Amino acid sequence: MPDFEPVIGLEIHVQLNTRTKMFCGCELGFGEEPNTRTCPVCLGLPGALPVVNAGAIHRGLMIGMAVESTLAARSIFHRKNYFYPDSPKAYQISQFDEPLCLGGRLGDVRIHRVHLEEDAAKLIHVGASGRIHGSDSSIVDFNRCGTPLVEIVTEPDVRSAEQAREWLTLLRETLRQLGVSDVNMEEGSLRCDANISLRPVGTTGLGTKTELKNMNSFRFIERGINAEVARQEAILRDGGQIVQETLHFDPRTERITSLRSKEEAHDYRYFPEPDLVPIAITSEMLEAASDAMPELPAARAERLAGLGLSADTAHLLAFRPELGDAFEAALGADAPPQALANWLANEEAALQVEPAALATLVGMVERKEITRDAGRQVLEKLAAEGGDPKAIVAAEGLAAVGGTDELSPIVDAGLAANPDVADKLRGGDMKPIGVIVGFVMKETRGRADGGAVTKLVREKLGL
Amino acid sequence: MSDLIALSAAAAAAKLGAGEISASELFEAYRERAAADELNAFTWVAGAAPADGPAASTPLAGVPLAVKDLFCTEGVPSQAGSRILEGYRPPYTASVVKQLQAAGATLLAKTNQDEFAMGSSNENSAYGPVLNPWDRTRVPGGSSGGSAAAVAAGLAPWALGTDTGGSIRQPAALCGIVGLKPTYGSVSRYGMIAFASSLDQAGPFARDVTDTALLYRHMTGAADPCDSTSLGHPEAIALPTAERLDGIRLGVPEELSGEGIEEGVLARFRETLAKAEELGATVETCHLPHAPHALSAYYLLAPAEASSNLARYDGVRYGIRAEGAGDLVSMYTETRHDGFGAEVKRRILIGTYALSSGYYDAYYGTAQKVRTKISDDFKDVFGRFDFVVTPTTPTTAFELGAKTADPLSMYLNDFCTVPMSLAGIPAISIPCGLSDGLPVGFQLAGPAFSENRVLSAAYALEQAIGFDGSAPRA
Repeated sequence: MPDFEPVIGLEIHVQLNTRTKMFCGCELGFGEEPNTRTCPVCLGLPGALPVVNAGAIHRGLMIGMAVESTLAARSIFHRKNYFYPDSPKAYQISQFDEPLCLGGRLGDVRIHRVHLEEDAAKLIHVGASGRIHGSDSSIVDFNRCGTPLVEIVTEPDVRSAEQAREWLTLLRETLRQLGVSDVNMEEGSLRCDANISLRPVGTTGLGTKTELKNMNSFRFIERGINAEVARQEAILRDGGQIVQETLHFDPRTERITSLRSKEEAHDYRYFPEPDLVPIAITSEMLEAASDAMPELPAARAERLAGLGLSADTAHLLAFRPELGDAFEAALGADAPPQALANWLANEEAALQVEPAALATLVGMVERKEITRDAGRQVLEKLAAEGGDPKAIVAAEGLAAVGGTDELSPIVDAGLAANPDVADKLRGGDMKPIGVIVGFVMKETRGRADGGAVTKLVREKLGL
Repeated sequence: MSDLIALSAAAAAAKLGAGEISASELFEAYRERAAADELNAFTWVAGAAPADGPAASTPLAGVPLAVKDLFCTEGVPSQAGSRILEGYRPPYTASVVKQLQAAGATLLAKTNQDEFAMGSSNENSAYGPVLNPWDRTRVPGGSSGGSAAAVAAGLAPWALGTDTGGSIRQPAALCGIVGLKPTYGSVSRYGMIAFASSLDQAGPFARDVTDTALLYRHMTGAADPCDSTSLGHPEAIALPTAERLDGIRLGVPEELSGEGIEEGVLARFRETLAKAEELGATVETCHLPHAPHALSAYYLLAPAEASSNLARYDGVRYGIRAEGAGDLVSMYTETRHDGFGAEVKRRILIGTYALSSGYYDAYYGTAQKVRTKISDDFKDVFGRFDFVVTPTTPTTAFELGAKTADPLSMYLNDFCTVPMSLAGIPAISIPCGLSDGLPVGFQLAGPAFSENRVLSAAYALEQAIGFDGSAPRA
């Protein structure tokens, strides 16, 4: 029996943060009274017609640029026909064979396409369980109906649940930094489906896939994919066949259930939406999207690593742009990049300090003009009151106790005050040396260098 | 007939503007006639003249307007001739109706129609057939049968209709009045309950070409921001004055003016061509080689779009809902079973089939290609001719019930009008005489946005023909 490898493609729905809906002037919202953000268009009333939101196209182009897609000069909308109460027109306006963006890549995963569409209404099942089965009735809230969505479809380049989670984290951060979406999974502004199949390691074909629907957290996605991979592997090892179907993963029970089989799959009867003219992308639209593009996390991580940061630190600063921005603002002064980044990564207060002051402070610590502990004290003061770190060090007398002359009597006093410790040290048990160091730190209010104190103790005891 | 009713809409607007007659007096004169209608032309008639009518300074100064049922009118029943929308009162008004109201038109009545504009005899209305005012045993044509009959019978000075494959021109012809299907996109579709979105176009019905031009002038103009397929009109619509057709080249497509056209209709058509020559036009045969395939393409494309457009009538949000259904799918199917008539169901089935996976290319795809070919045929002909002219319909008004059992013979009514619909070009039907006491229509079509020239030529012909349409208004 061969070993199997998972082949995974992802489909991500992203709610765009435009002011108004995809095809009408209703403002977007979350958590408003049901059915207060509606109009004839998003309610699908007879005679109402859609008009494309230019802001959605703009954001779609930005996403396309971020994932290095080919941006279509002309693209069209199609109708995807299906009956369900969450779809007031009984069709979703989506894109089919002429999407906004084709191809591309983000990180280690190729992009198949990126297209625009509209979100459905929200069904609320009234009854004990809150789920459709066993509910007494279902009611519809159309506030979400018509919210602009971008659907991003990857090529089947993902090989593990962990890779899926990592890649989705990169995608989410990319979208967040693009400023095109709130990317909030709990609120449903980012949703993910996974297409999963297995194949024997070393082969290149594609096995029969299943589609795992609508997982609403990265953790569930990882667990769901793992559960489905295990399920498929067990079937294949038993000599069985995978059935193409759409599945639901219940994160509470870890169970996977079938939503519909291939035979039950809808025929959506796609055809070009006659109520909308084709989207013609002008050079002005491309320029506007390009001008709005920030540096994206993957590129920034690479650039920061080029400045001499470790890969982990570069990644952290790129994925937390507020840290990255503070880092870059403080850079160029006399602080070494990695040390500066470490302060930002480890000290919460560092973000509240003027970049130049932070750089000065880090530089002082690096040159051992003050100790790390003293540096933290200065940092707290800078964060609370601002000011010049050098002036604070001078005013508070926090300069490091540098010379042996100054430290020597204090170390002597420490050893004298703790004769039992001194004995143990002489006996070769170095564990309690912290007591002496602590004594010196207390006496110097943290201005002494721990290394220097240790060295001095050893010298004095002839160790 | 009262003097007020005898006034053309343009004349009435002039008198209203000059303060010679009052808007409420005129409205009441029509309202009384409409309320006493015996043709079943209306599905709703205003209860009283609007208390706060339009100013005399507006261009239409309060001339009443009848509006096809499928235009949404806020708070007023808008049922598109269908039982599934019985009692539906929209919360908004169609852009074109709003625009006309802003120009001073007042809403007199909603007119009966074939259900969702599907039909050529008005016998597909859930609210009963409309009778032809020239002969009440005959159909008025469809789908805008109520609008045509109302204008012909003097129950309204003019009316709005919609034309998808001939639904303005055919009933105008059968009722002896003027009907214009404008260039696709020149009038907003926002608020028009859709049949086939890529073909539906609103247009005017009137007693004469001048009124037609006046009403159309206030239907078009700028593009409607609520309809991304609307373009408005590149030029202002003029009231026509031409009396001659010197230098005008009329092309008579062989494919649409011979076989299948009734002899009485052909006779009036040929007489009209002779009159056009007398006015200085040249008349020559031309060819629209793909026109014979127009009906086949149309009866795939229109039902395909309709099957999607009509899917929203599911009983969830408005209109009727079948009671007592046990589950969602039963509620859908029973509602649609009860709510739609036979012709609508037929077209939904045809359209659903044509769009189905595995059939799309063969049906919908091929039909789209034919549509392009037909459009190209017209472009070709308009390189050498100013207008294409045909009889509007193969026959005069037929008897009620004569074709209801035979959908194909009913569809053939659109034989001469569908090609222009597929090409999206403007076409007008004007009355050109009687055959056995029933009106015959003459169709004149021009290139996209040539409405001013179409109206001008139609006006010159109208003067030469001198058709007397007063009989059914008596």
